[in-house]
Amino acid sequence: MTTAATEDLYRLPGGIRLPSFKEQSRGRDIIDLPVPAQLVLPVRQHAGEAAKVEVTVGDRVLKGQTIARSAGEFSAPVHASSSGIVVAIENRPIADRRHKESLCIVIETDGKDTPADTLSPIPNPFNETPETLLAAIDSAGIVGLGGAAFPTVAKMRHAIAASIDTLVLNGVECEPYISCDDALMRTEAQSILYGARILLTALDLPHCFVGVESDKPEAWEAFRYAAETDADERLQMVRIPTIYPAGGEDQLIYLMTGREVPTGGFPSDVGALVHNVGTAAAIAELTLTGMPMISRIVTVTGEGIAQPGNYRVRFGTPISDVAKAAGGYTESAKRLIMGGPMTGIALTSDALPVTKASNCLIFTGPAIQTSREPERACIRCGECARICPVRLQPQQLHRAFRFDQGETLDGLGLIDCIECGCCDLVCPSHIPLTHSFRAAKHQRKLDIYDRERAERARERFEQREARAQQRAQAQEKSLRSMKDKASRDAIADILKRKQQDASRSDD
Amino acid sequence: MLVAIATLTGIAATAGFVLTLAARTLENDSDDVVTAIDDLLPQTQCAQCGYPGCRPYAEAIANGDAAINRCPPGGDATIAALAKLLDRDIIALDASLPPPPPPMLALIDEAACIGCARCLPACPVDAIVGAHQYSHTVVEDLCTGCELCIAPCPVDCITMIADERDVA
Repeated sequence: MTTAATEDLYRLPGGIRLPSFKEQSRGRDIIDLPVPAQLVLPVRQHAGEAAKVEVTVGDRVLKGQTIARSAGEFSAPVHASSSGIVVAIENRPIADRRHKESLCIVIETDGKDTPADTLSPIPNPFNETPETLLAAIDSAGIVGLGGAAFPTVAKMRHAIAASIDTLVLNGVECEPYISCDDALMRTEAQSILYGARILLTALDLPHCFVGVESDKPEAWEAFRYAAETDADERLQMVRIPTIYPAGGEDQLIYLMTGREVPTGGFPSDVGALVHNVGTAAAIAELTLTGMPMISRIVTVTGEGIAQPGNYRVRFGTPISDVAKAAGGYTESAKRLIMGGPMTGIALTSDALPVTKASNCLIFTGPAIQTSREPERACIRCGECARICPVRLQPQQLHRAFRFDQGETLDGLGLIDCIECGCCDLVCPSHIPLTHSFRAAKHQRKLDIYDRERAERARERFEQREARAQQRAQAQEKSLRSMKDKASRDAIADILKRKQQDASRSDD
Repeated sequence: MLVAIATLTGIAATAGFVLTLAARTLENDSDDVVTAIDDLLPQTQCAQCGYPGCRPYAEAIANGDAAINRCPPGGDATIAALAKLLDRDIIALDASLPPPPPPMLALIDEAACIGCARCLPACPVDAIVGAHQYSHTVVEDLCTGCELCIAPCPVDCITMIADERDVA
């Protein structure tokens, strides 16, 4: 394994140095959370189409058994995280930005944690064909563990189709509070590197970058130690400067290669593919034990929780169970946030289940400001433009948003906004910029969708009208020709008769 | 003094002449106006405005025969856009028309459909497929939610469902 110094990297435009707040959760080892009495497994835990339920109420399910199958190319299956009985299949609220609720499979666990006998490890993944590995990853329900929960296989197939040349493992974790990847790298560096090599085989690529942020020296050392026993020249460590949002997919690619993902494009457009380190570890786990993805490491932190730390939590575990295992709430507990303080979402209840996207749970105390200062008018200071890591002009975007200028928003590159929250942080007028951009993006999508539908409807309506007109014309024409013919025939008839009459009278 | 008056009069006369000529020869393309209006309409082709489709309604507005507040699916947004385009005042939706509906789609209960094919010609955008004696279905992506297929159905097997518009 080789290493690259920070100086070799490209410089990120904008970005901001944030206080890390990671110390409180990163100190301890990863703790396995006990199996809860009830598991609530949403069929919508990933980006894309919801999985299709394959069990019925009353079924006995085993740990690792598929309970909902993938709905297509852009979807992922869901597996039972422990053994038990399915007691309900119903809509329940979930922790998700876009969907308030999802169909959930509720399992009453039996405490035995019996694994399914259908699980099959892949003893030597490096001798397998890429297709076999892709199929295995697909059926194991592996999704990106960075928080967006994008189905891993969909990403890989896309990358293979675009014949990419660069694989990047993302161990940057640049957002404050979150330390689940850090904990994983420190304790399971070996399995991450094993997963990286499986990815290289599956993608048929010659080498892989592993990006680790400079404020994670223990993780860096753990990788070096792992590489000593298991040297592989194809893996290259890269130390990433501690600047938020260096861990964003597009930002990381730029830092390492200087390639910029085009507007509305994907990393594959510039020949790159980024996976979270946790995703690589999940792939390693799959080949070693055959166990699909049924749990993840969740950072539990904030002043509102007694024992902050990193916990291995099975999907479907209610957040209240996680809080209980982490020593319960403290008196200063105020709010619950899933994800980081910059990009996370506030949750309304601790009854919601942990899903594949739950990388971090912050039980905030008074230290995090829960109320905003009142918004004031933009003073055009330009701080937001200076800090924007995708070089947008947030103040212009905000103006266009206020005046509802859809096309101006598009022209200013609204869709390129990564919703990192940097502009909010530096705005001296406390304008909720990111929030308005998120709303604007959604509105633009709806508008464009409606516009496209309207365009299609117009075309079809016009074609239909044209067809009706054509038919009417054709009818009229044939009628006229029939009339013409009829009258011509009639005249000819009369003439003929007249002639006959004449010849008869001649006789 | 006289020179100045003469010069200005000359300029005014020349400009007036050129402009008059231009207005006479370069024909005012009313088709452009119709298209601009049509672009702002929601293209549901629902005929609730009293014209057989969005373009006919656009033509009526352009000719001054119809008010700009007769499009229920477009609602206030369409009225505002039309008012801006045509430099008129924003008015409320015509009270005799139904209020703006949420986005809807037609759904045929395929088990109840008798295959009479009467809904096929009713659809302004040919979004219904099927043949005589065979069950019909609505192509979701093409349906505009105009409800014109509901009346002709003899067995009432068409219902309107909410268009979720799940745009990821």
